[in-house]
Amino acid sequence: MSGIVYLDNSSTTKPFPEVVTVVAEALESGYGNPSSLHRLGEDVSKKLESARKNVASLLGAAPDEVFFTSGGTEANNWALFGTYRFFGGKRPHIVTTAVEHPSVMETVSVLKREGALVTVVGVDRSGFVSPEEIKAHIRDDTALVSVMYVQNEIGTIEPVKEIGAIIAELGPRRPRFHVDAVQGFARLPIDVKEWNVDLLSVSAHKIHGPKGVGALYIRKGVEIRPLVYGGGQEGGMRSGTENVPGILGFGKACEIWLSDRTATVAESVDSLMERFRKLRRKLVDGVREIFPDAVLHGPEDGNVAPYIVHFAFPGFRGETILHALEARGVFVSTGSACSSHHPKPSPVILALGRSEDEALSSIRFSMSRFTTEREIDRAIEALADALRELLPWRQSSERGRR
Amino acid sequence: MDNAATTSLKPEVLEAMMPYLTGKYGNASTLYLEGREAREAVEQARERTARALGAQPEEIYFTSGGTEADNWAIKGVAFARREKGNHIITSQIEHHAVLQPCEYLEKHGFHVTYLPVDSDGLVDPGDVSRAIEQNTVLVSIMFANNEIGTIEPVAEIARICREKGVLFHTDAVQAVGHVPVDVEKLGVDLLSLSAHKFHGPKGIGALYVRKGVRLDPFIHGGGQERNRRAGTENVAGIVGLGAAIELATSSLEERAARIAALRDKLIDGVLERVPDVKLNGHRIMRLPGNAHFCFRFIEGESLLLNLDVKGVSASSGSACTSGSLEPSHVLLALGLPHEMAQGSLRLTLDEENTGEEVDYVLDILPDIVKKLRPAGSG
Repeated sequence: MSGIVYLDNSSTTKPFPEVVTVVAEALESGYGNPSSLHRLGEDVSKKLESARKNVASLLGAAPDEVFFTSGGTEANNWALFGTYRFFGGKRPHIVTTAVEHPSVMETVSVLKREGALVTVVGVDRSGFVSPEEIKAHIRDDTALVSVMYVQNEIGTIEPVKEIGAIIAELGPRRPRFHVDAVQGFARLPIDVKEWNVDLLSVSAHKIHGPKGVGALYIRKGVEIRPLVYGGGQEGGMRSGTENVPGILGFGKACEIWLSDRTATVAESVDSLMERFRKLRRKLVDGVREIFPDAVLHGPEDGNVAPYIVHFAFPGFRGETILHALEARGVFVSTGSACSSHHPKPSPVILALGRSEDEALSSIRFSMSRFTTEREIDRAIEALADALRELLPWRQSSERGRR
Repeated sequence: MDNAATTSLKPEVLEAMMPYLTGKYGNASTLYLEGREAREAVEQARERTARALGAQPEEIYFTSGGTEADNWAIKGVAFARREKGNHIITSQIEHHAVLQPCEYLEKHGFHVTYLPVDSDGLVDPGDVSRAIEQNTVLVSIMFANNEIGTIEPVAEIARICREKGVLFHTDAVQAVGHVPVDVEKLGVDLLSLSAHKFHGPKGIGALYVRKGVRLDPFIHGGGQERNRRAGTENVAGIVGLGAAIELATSSLEERAARIAALRDKLIDGVLERVPDVKLNGHRIMRLPGNAHFCFRFIEGESLLLNLDVKGVSASSGSACTSGSLEPSHVLLALGLPHEMAQGSLRLTLDEENTGEEVDYVLDILPDIVKKLRPAGSG
C-alpha cells in the first residue's frame, strides 16, 4: 500500500501488526474448541476471557456483560430482535432515528412486518437527534429506544448520554436503551454505566482488529432473547463455536487502545483527538479552498467524530470523484460502504434535508490513528487535480439548486 | 483425538489468508481497487466452495459458522413459507443448532415432528415419508451425527421430499471434507457447513441454497451476500474456507479410506480389550474418523480427565454440551439408559493421526477404565 492514501477507515481499517500476529498464532496453534473439556480447550478459554475483559474495559462494563458476535451487524440485529422478542408483543413499540445504520434500519423494518410499531425520529441539518423529541415519543408500550453513537456517514455524535438520562428517569417500566457504537468505539469515550445504556454494539474491524468479530454489551439483569441458537456458547446467549482467532485479535486491538488511555499525555486519547481535529480542519479548509461550492455534511465542529469528513460536490457524481481519486492513489467512499453498490441516494443525507443530487454527489473521507498530515495534503492535491479534470463534465444545471 | 470438535488449520490455508489479514484489508463492498481485490478473493472462495459441493457459486452464502447456517436455514425457510404451512420435520439426534431453532419456531405457531432413530442412530426414510403432511414446509435431517458418527440416508430422504414437494435441509457440518458431498447427486435444497471442521478457520461457514429456494434473511442490513446475509465480509475467513474446502475435498476418498482403517483398528481394539463397552452409531454407515463408545459403570468426565493427563484429547460427545452433566440427547434417542449414556467417550481421528497413536490409546485405555470402575462392578 505504499504511495496510497487510505481514507476509508470508517469502512474498514488495517489491522494492527500485533493483531495480525495474535490472529495468525491463534490460527496456527490454538486450535482447541474452547467449549471442549480438555486442556487445549482450557487454555483458549482463559485467553477468550482476557479478550472479553479488554472489550469490557473500553466500555466501562463488566466482562460478563460482553457477548461476542460475528460483527457489528449481528450485534445490532440481536439487540433489536432479542429485545422485541423478549417482550413477546406485549410492548410492540420501538423508537429509533432516521440516520441509523442499515443493520438497525432493516431490522426495524422486519420487526414492523412482524407487528412492531415504529417511531422514526428525524434529525436536524447537522444530523442531531433531539433528546426531548425522543422523550416525547416514548410510550408505556415502548420496548426499545435505539440511537447510534457516531453517525457512520457524516460523523455526528448523537447525545446518547442525555437520552440515556431521560430514559433512566422513567423508572422501572422504562424502555431498554440500545446504542450502535460501532463508529465511535475505542476512538471516543464510552461509559455504559454513566450513559445508562442497556445494550451497545461494537465491531473489531473498525478499530484495527480483524473482520468477522464484534460484540454486544448486555447490562447485567437485562434479559433479551438469543438470536443464534444451538450449542449454548457465550453463556447460552450466542451459540456457535467461538471464533477464537477473531476474538483474540479483537482483544489485542482493544488492549492497544486501552494502553493509550493509561499512556503519558503525549500519546493519550486527548492528544489523538487533538491530532484528528487538526487534520479534519485542514481537510475541510482544503476542500473548500479548491471547491467553494462543496457542502459539508454533519456538524462543522464540536460534536462530530473528528476522523470523519463528508462533503457533497454539487454537479458531480460521488462515484466519479471516487474513481478519479482512486486513479491518484487516494481511497475514499461515497457514503457507507455497505450501500456503495447501490447508486441510490443515502437515506442519511436525505434525512438532513438535502436533495437527491446532493446525496449522490457526496464523498466521505475517514481517517485512522495512522493518518498523517502529509497524507491529508496529498488527498487535497489529488482532489484538486481530479476536480480540474472532471470540471468540463460538471452538470451546470445542478448548480444553485441547493 | 477430538477432531470433530475442531481441527487444526492447514499451513496452506493460513498462507492463503495472511494477505487478507495484513495488506489487502479492503472492505469487499467498497468500490475502489482495494475493495475490488477483496471482492475477487471472496468470489474465488465462493467458486471453490461451490465446486467442492457440486453447486453453482451463486448458491453459496457465507455465514459466521455452521450454527448460523443451521439457524438461518430453519428459520429462513419456515418464515418465508409460513403461508404454505407450519409443519417442520426433523430428527431427535440433530445438533442443537437445528433443534433449538425448531423449538423457537414451536413458540411461534409451528409444529415440529422430531423423528426417532433406531439403535444405530439411523433415521428411517419411511418415517419421513409418513410424517410429511399437506402443511409440511421443511424437512431437516443431518448428514452425519456429530456425536456417534452415523451417516443418515440423506439422498433417499431428499428424493422423498422432492417427490412430495417439500424443501430439504441437511446439516452437513460434520460431513463436508470428510465424505463426498454433492448437492446435485444428493438432491438437497439447503446444506450447512463449517470451515473449522475441515482444517479451515473458526468463525466462518456457509449455507448452500439451491437456486429458486426462497428464504428470509437471518442477519439484516447492508446488502452483502446479495442482500441475503448482511455484515462486512470476513474476507480472510472466507478465503480460508475456500482454500480449506478445496484441500479437504481433493483426494478425499483415498484419505477417508486410510482414516477409516485407523478407526476400525481403534474400534476393534477397544471392543476386544475392554469389557462392558458398547460402540455407538452404525458400524459401517459412519464417519471415517468417528469412534464413539459407552463404558458401563463409568463417568465420561473422569475418563476424559484421565486421558487428558496421558496426553490424549477426547470428548464425551458434542463439545458444545460437555461441561453439562445432562446425558446427551443423541444417546438417549438411541435408547441407552441414563447411566450408560453418562459413560460416553468420543474419539475422532483425522489424517494427522497415526497408527502409533491408536496403539497408544489402546494401550492405556483398558487400565484407565479398570481403575475408574468401582471394585466388583461388571
